[in-house]
Amino acid sequence: MTAQWRGILKKIDNYRWEIPTGYKAGMSVPGLIFASEDMLGKIWEDQAFEQVANVAFLPGIVGYSLAMPDIHYGYGFAIGGVAGTRLENGVVSPGGVGFDINCGVRLLRTNLTEEEVRPKIKQLVAELYSAIPSGVGSTGKLRVTEKELDEVMVKGSRWAVEKGFGDAEDIIVTEESGCMKGADPDKVSKKAKQRGIPQLGTLGSGNHFLEIAVVKEIYNRDAARVMGINEVGQVLVWVHTGSRGFGHQVCTDYLALLGQAVKKYGISLPDRQLACAPVQSTEGKDYLAAMAGAANYAWTNRQCITHWTREAFMKVLGKSRKELGLEQIYDVAHNIAKIEQHTVNGKKSTLCIHRKGATRAFPANHPDIPPIYRDIGQPVLIPGDMGRCSYVALGTETAMKETFGSTCHGAGRVQSRSAAKRSLRGADVVQALADRGITVKASSMGSLAEEASEAYKDVSSVVDVTHKAGISLKVIKSVPIGVIKG
Amino acid sequence: MKREFEILNHTADVGIIAHGSNLNEAFANAAKGMFSLITELDDVEESEYRDTELTAPDQESLLVEWLNELIYLFDVENMLFKRFDITQLSNTHLKARSYGHKVDSSKHKLKMGIKAVTYHMLKIEKSDGCRVQVLFDI
Repeated sequence: MTAQWRGILKKIDNYRWEIPTGYKAGMSVPGLIFASEDMLGKIWEDQAFEQVANVAFLPGIVGYSLAMPDIHYGYGFAIGGVAGTRLENGVVSPGGVGFDINCGVRLLRTNLTEEEVRPKIKQLVAELYSAIPSGVGSTGKLRVTEKELDEVMVKGSRWAVEKGFGDAEDIIVTEESGCMKGADPDKVSKKAKQRGIPQLGTLGSGNHFLEIAVVKEIYNRDAARVMGINEVGQVLVWVHTGSRGFGHQVCTDYLALLGQAVKKYGISLPDRQLACAPVQSTEGKDYLAAMAGAANYAWTNRQCITHWTREAFMKVLGKSRKELGLEQIYDVAHNIAKIEQHTVNGKKSTLCIHRKGATRAFPANHPDIPPIYRDIGQPVLIPGDMGRCSYVALGTETAMKETFGSTCHGAGRVQSRSAAKRSLRGADVVQALADRGITVKASSMGSLAEEASEAYKDVSSVVDVTHKAGISLKVIKSVPIGVIKG
Repeated sequence: MKREFEILNHTADVGIIAHGSNLNEAFANAAKGMFSLITELDDVEESEYRDTELTAPDQESLLVEWLNELIYLFDVENMLFKRFDITQLSNTHLKARSYGHKVDSSKHKLKMGIKAVTYHMLKIEKSDGCRVQVLFDI
């Protein structure tokens, strides 16, 4: 097949490709895709370019409509999309955040080695699977009242810590300290609350998981040490989940509302799923207040899961919390909109940064990152698929200058779920993983086949691009030994 | 006769193309298709029903909001639906009765969670019978 993107994209360097504003009438800024040349064919086929171009229509967008190398087709915004809009005359778009508000990743370290954990991995996976509710329609062990849910929305991780789930130290090493300001429970519908109540403290389904992993390679020893990672073979725990039905309903509600706002404010859009409202309008402010509530729900969710993970490790390995050294390295949101300060054309501006399937990657000395990481930069957590590997990287000045301090978030799908299911059976996936020394427990065999490695881009190629482009720098790579899937 | 619905594939997500001799039927088949993604419909009894009535600015919104309402009922009341009677359908108003059963983990296998119904590539066509296309975020 001829590379159809050739006549369209302007090559800036090996990892940067521009979509000029002339590509589609109505684009007010160009698009910029971070990718290697061999990734472009698939991105083109996936029509993700079109979506990057569509985002460039948003009123008040500045710089570029950005795409990370894990970009794939999403709704409205592509997944892997980043856009900054001006506060004064720009818009906020729920489609630029996604249905799973504050879907994100948390990484925990341990003092354990692979040799210590391997003999007990089956028990550990079984214990985690029973301790952490997962799967379609899974409901939690927590039964919060509507009033408590309001507190969750306002306090975030702190609510969980006050209830005895985890420590104050966890909060310090969580993006936004696990609590986004401005959350207003009154801006969240009764329906969203009803969906949220039974699902707090659950992993969910789809691509969400909990993974026991082992450090495979260390690229930056000094930075790794700051994170408490000292050696190859050290055991880590990854948690990937979000705001569950609560966030989905908040997004659904505001897409309907902002669909009307688009008409009210006379905004013309190429795709209805990009519904938006001026950041400073009542509709825009209400969405951000509701979104912050859902973001805080997600941080609370990951905080509770962290606590149950520690309990499961203590029980199976018969060690104290201190002996285990099961401490949090960091927690990132990769579906979120935030008001941040950035320099655009040499001028400091306050922008609304949308990251949909993209991770914040702030550099060393940025005031918004925890003191212990001030010298090295913000840890960036990039999970891969369950059969390959995951990476920890660091945010950089280059990211600050070029991507509003953002980088990739994971592998990115290349195969539809049904295609994956057709070509693979869940049982075969379990066997293939077992052959590679990975124990997996999932609530549905079907979902397991859908999430097989073959359905994803190799995360290593994604991380290579962000590393070489300089928007995040590799610190370590880990490989899974045990996985719990919804 | 055309099938009631077909499953549509998309890299990260999944959708339904539903057919009907009129729009009421096509909407009902879209809902049936959606629940066929969640569970095996053969295992679901029609022992309970829920009534839905809603208004929306246009027919496309009506379809999205109705299906979202059913997802909400699945999430909150654990209802699996398999048969749908759309008793009223205009450009802005819909009234429906949906029949099904609450999730029973001994009987029902849940295959897929649907986060939301989207406007993406949404189509409502009314020539040569009716046809609707809708995609889900899963």
